[in-house]
Amino acid sequence: MLPLCSYVIIMKISVIVFGQLADLITENLVLENIADTDSLMETLYNTYPAFRESKFMIAVNKKLITVNTLLADKSTIALLPPFSGG
Amino acid sequence: MNNLPSYDRYHRQIILKDFGEAGQQKLFSAKVLVVGAGGLGCPALQYLAAAGVGTLGIIDGDIVDLSNLHRQILYSVHDIGFPKAEKAAEKLRQLNPEITINTYCERLNNQNAFGIINEYDIIIDGSDNFATRYMINDACVILNKPIIHGSVSQFQGQIAILNYRKNIVSEPVNYRDLFPNPPKEDEVPNCAEAGVLGVLPGIIGTMQANETIKLIAGIGQPLINRIITFNALNNELYELGLSVRPGTRSLIPADEDAFRKTDYEWLCSSTNSELEIDHHAFDELLSQRKIDIIDVRNINEMPEIEEFTTFRIPLKELPGMSSLIKSDTVVIICQTGNRSLHAAKQLKSVFGASKKVLSLKGGIIKWKQEHTNQLL
Repeated sequence: MLPLCSYVIIMKISVIVFGQLADLITENLVLENIADTDSLMETLYNTYPAFRESKFMIAVNKKLITVNTLLADKSTIALLPPFSGG
Repeated sequence: MNNLPSYDRYHRQIILKDFGEAGQQKLFSAKVLVVGAGGLGCPALQYLAAAGVGTLGIIDGDIVDLSNLHRQILYSVHDIGFPKAEKAAEKLRQLNPEITINTYCERLNNQNAFGIINEYDIIIDGSDNFATRYMINDACVILNKPIIHGSVSQFQGQIAILNYRKNIVSEPVNYRDLFPNPPKEDEVPNCAEAGVLGVLPGIIGTMQANETIKLIAGIGQPLINRIITFNALNNELYELGLSVRPGTRSLIPADEDAFRKTDYEWLCSSTNSELEIDHHAFDELLSQRKIDIIDVRNINEMPEIEEFTTFRIPLKELPGMSSLIKSDTVVIICQTGNRSLHAAKQLKSVFGASKKVLSLKGGIIKWKQEHTNQLL
């Protein structure tokens, strides 16, 4: 009989935010065991309700994503709001 | 070009490897439009004129104000009250009389945008509001013109080259691939509300000039389909790769005709119709003389208001000052109508239904413009 796998993999991701979003959440956030970007957003919206009202683009490992994207250990997610000033 | 007097002017860049006389010739032949002669536009224009870009267009409907001078480096105190586009052109002609400068002392709008943008090869977005940014984006997508995007907020700035087809396989990315729909104007605070460190648009505007020159001369790695965020406080540069978002093309008007019918101001305006009044409604209330008017701008902000009496209570001091308001109707004004709207919401929560609280849409700038137009 094969031995059962008895350890748990902890996956850590970090979230960095820019501009006015830094007023809403901690600038450098580390979260554990979040599978994809949709669940990340759900977690952020639940923890920081004001976030739901904000517009921003999502990048995973320095690339803009446009659909739900799987996250791996040590993924960095950047949230970038539009700036209007000139 | 050795025989031209201008050879001396551009000598230091002509001797650069990869740039050379060919690069200089490309700059001479280029036509660049700068939308907004403000914090970003001033340094961008100054370096592009100095570098010898053959034709520069400047579009800006604003006049120079004292509060502009901490970052809009083409202007001096003598220029206050004069159109920015004209004053900027005047300075640039002194700097480099060998180039052509076209001025448009008007706001870019859905009626004039196509005609103006079509005259140029590259469009620099140095505007200060989302309505103009989305308008520039959409017009440039339809007309197939590259945009050198720059924008700032407080201590951070963004720069990118958008809508440029690098090669036959690359898809040009436009602003709507990043942010498909415009935020409402009160959703993201502008410089007048949130503040900006003066040197920041100087850095970002100069980077826009740099990207423009690289793109024209065909040197280096221009920021095509990439965006950089610069943080002036810790000097961090964060670069992201961009890609096309499925479905965004359907958000952009199909052609010039559809573009002319798109109301960009409305797309960005907040649904605060019950709190906002336009200048006609305001003048009507003024004539009835039964209103209190609160100016929530900071003490030194120009223009001064001499046409009617106001209480000057800067937005920050407004909480706690509401007892000063005696009339049943109160109109709040500021520079552009953003802060006054915030103030109106604040006071509405204090007064509830007991008073009518209104905000002057477009602010005192728009009001003064409308009245100047009527006099002409």
